[in-house]
Amino acid sequence: MEIFGMPVQALLAQLMIGLVNGCFYAVLSLGLAVIFGMLHVINFTHGAMFMLGALLSWAGLHYFELNYWAMLFLAPLIVGLFGIVLERLFLKRIYKLDYLYGLLLTLGLTLIIEGAVRSAYGVSGKPYGPAPISGVSDLGFIMIPNYRLWVIVASLLVCAATWYTIERTRLGAYLRAATENPKLVESFGINVPMMVSLTFGFGVALAAFAGVLAAPIMQVSALTGQHMIVIVFAVVVIGGMGSILGTVVTGIGLGLVEALTKVYYPEASSMVMFLVMVLVLLIRPNGLFGGGE
Amino acid sequence: MNHARYHTTRLFCYGALLLALLIAPWAGLYPVLGAKILCYALFACAFHLLLGYTGLASLGHAAFLGVGGYVAGYSVKAWSLPPELALLAGLIVGALMGLVMGYISIRRSGIYFTMITLALAQLVYFLCVQIPYTGGEDGLQGIDRGTLFGLFDLQNDRTMYYTALAISVAAFLFIARVVHSPFGQALKAIKDNEPRAVSLGYHPPRYKLIVFMLSAALTGLAGALKAISLGFVTLSDVHWMTSGHALLMTLVGGLGTLSGPVIGALVLVILENKIGELGAFLASVTGIGWFATLGESVMMIMGIVFVVCVLAFRRGIMGELEALRRRLPPTPKRELES
Repeated sequence: MEIFGMPVQALLAQLMIGLVNGCFYAVLSLGLAVIFGMLHVINFTHGAMFMLGALLSWAGLHYFELNYWAMLFLAPLIVGLFGIVLERLFLKRIYKLDYLYGLLLTLGLTLIIEGAVRSAYGVSGKPYGPAPISGVSDLGFIMIPNYRLWVIVASLLVCAATWYTIERTRLGAYLRAATENPKLVESFGINVPMMVSLTFGFGVALAAFAGVLAAPIMQVSALTGQHMIVIVFAVVVIGGMGSILGTVVTGIGLGLVEALTKVYYPEASSMVMFLVMVLVLLIRPNGLFGGGE
Repeated sequence: MNHARYHTTRLFCYGALLLALLIAPWAGLYPVLGAKILCYALFACAFHLLLGYTGLASLGHAAFLGVGGYVAGYSVKAWSLPPELALLAGLIVGALMGLVMGYISIRRSGIYFTMITLALAQLVYFLCVQIPYTGGEDGLQGIDRGTLFGLFDLQNDRTMYYTALAISVAAFLFIARVVHSPFGQALKAIKDNEPRAVSLGYHPPRYKLIVFMLSAALTGLAGALKAISLGFVTLSDVHWMTSGHALLMTLVGGLGTLSGPVIGALVLVILENKIGELGAFLASVTGIGWFATLGESVMMIMGIVFVVCVLAFRRGIMGELEALRRRLPPTPKRELES
């Protein structure tokens, strides 16, 4: 069976890869949106944190013989703590200023992080070695490597857990309230600055988690983050940062669109998500899922 | 009275800066480096025309700079166009791209605007990687400078420098004219309070689009000028990091001041060119070997400058000077008058 001259098996295989990439975009954009909601800062370092997560997972394996599963837990923790330090040291000084300064500050931090990694490891990617889960599953209609299946499941679980925490728990309610009116929430005796720090830490930990997931299947290098951050920006422009579900759906959707383009018109595959963004802006300037300014 | 004095001082400062730029090639400045500084100064001023007077921070200006350069370089190499037409081509292409990218991006404001321009610039970057006219990874090399208006041989480095100076000064005067015109005042009104400007009968999107186009056109010109004076265009000119450069120059020089971007460009281009020597010097003085590698970590240095500027030096060089002037006690002359 063929669809537009492409065997269904090959098409499905590409779509599966697209789904995996889409999961990375979704987890990254989710972290970006959570941070933006609380701090009103667009975190430019997000791509660099993704890269740090992948690098830590590689470094853990090669220097300390910590396996993938240990690093899947440790790398987000380390990056999250690093994020909290950055927030306490730098970001908290600029909340009262124009949005521009948040952008500039995180851009500067990105350059420092990426520059440091670059001078330590160069720009070529680090091969991770064999994926921690081997084997292939037969889903009936398609054969899929188990590791990719795991990435999809883990990403969706993390997204769902984030959604549940923010929308359905007491902590999430505090968080949403503090986004609306930090002064009022503070007067109820809730430590809002602490919550802001933790939110930032959690957001970048999500990025690092995606990085660890990506390490075995993507050659992550010092400059991977720069590429990722621009895609993530396109995702949040398309989906808006108002709804978690919207962000996740947009991320996965863009991954699939990218995969389809790779099959039918590979030359445009790196550009297609930006074209989608242009199209959305022309038709629905506020993004697919609303999303205020 | 005080205002008039201030005005005179400012004119005097501009005159001094112009004089310094005029004699610089005879006072030890390598003319090609001088031309490069002027190109970046023009770039930063064009960038600041948008940021400073509409508050819209674009991370897409590298696209105009790079494509302006590619068009100028390609038209010289492929069609042997004289430099004046190549520069004009860069300007026009910049304006057209500004029209398209501006039309798309001004639909959103604030941080979304920045992200959209960044994404559009990435689109242009990937286009430049793929189409054959840009030379791909190699870029365009060996662009001939030619003879300006058939009169001035630009192969001479000093002639090239003065040409770049004339163009930059003309562009700077143009920007000053725009900013101080009724159009510029309307821009300021929109920036301060958009709903109020709307209620006064202004149509903000049109103003934003026009200023975006002007800014893009001048950036295209800067790119073309850079291509002709340096003789090459590479992918790094289209990379969004170049827009970050313009942002940093504006910030270092002083956001919201007309001359800030010029000073910022001067400081940063020189810093970037001399950083290797500076590192070697620091290494020899302090004995810390790490400093010797400073030249390879331009990216990190840029990041540090960004962070320091945002945290401690938000007014920039010109902004600090201005603040200093305000803080100084009134001049003795005033006492004599009273």
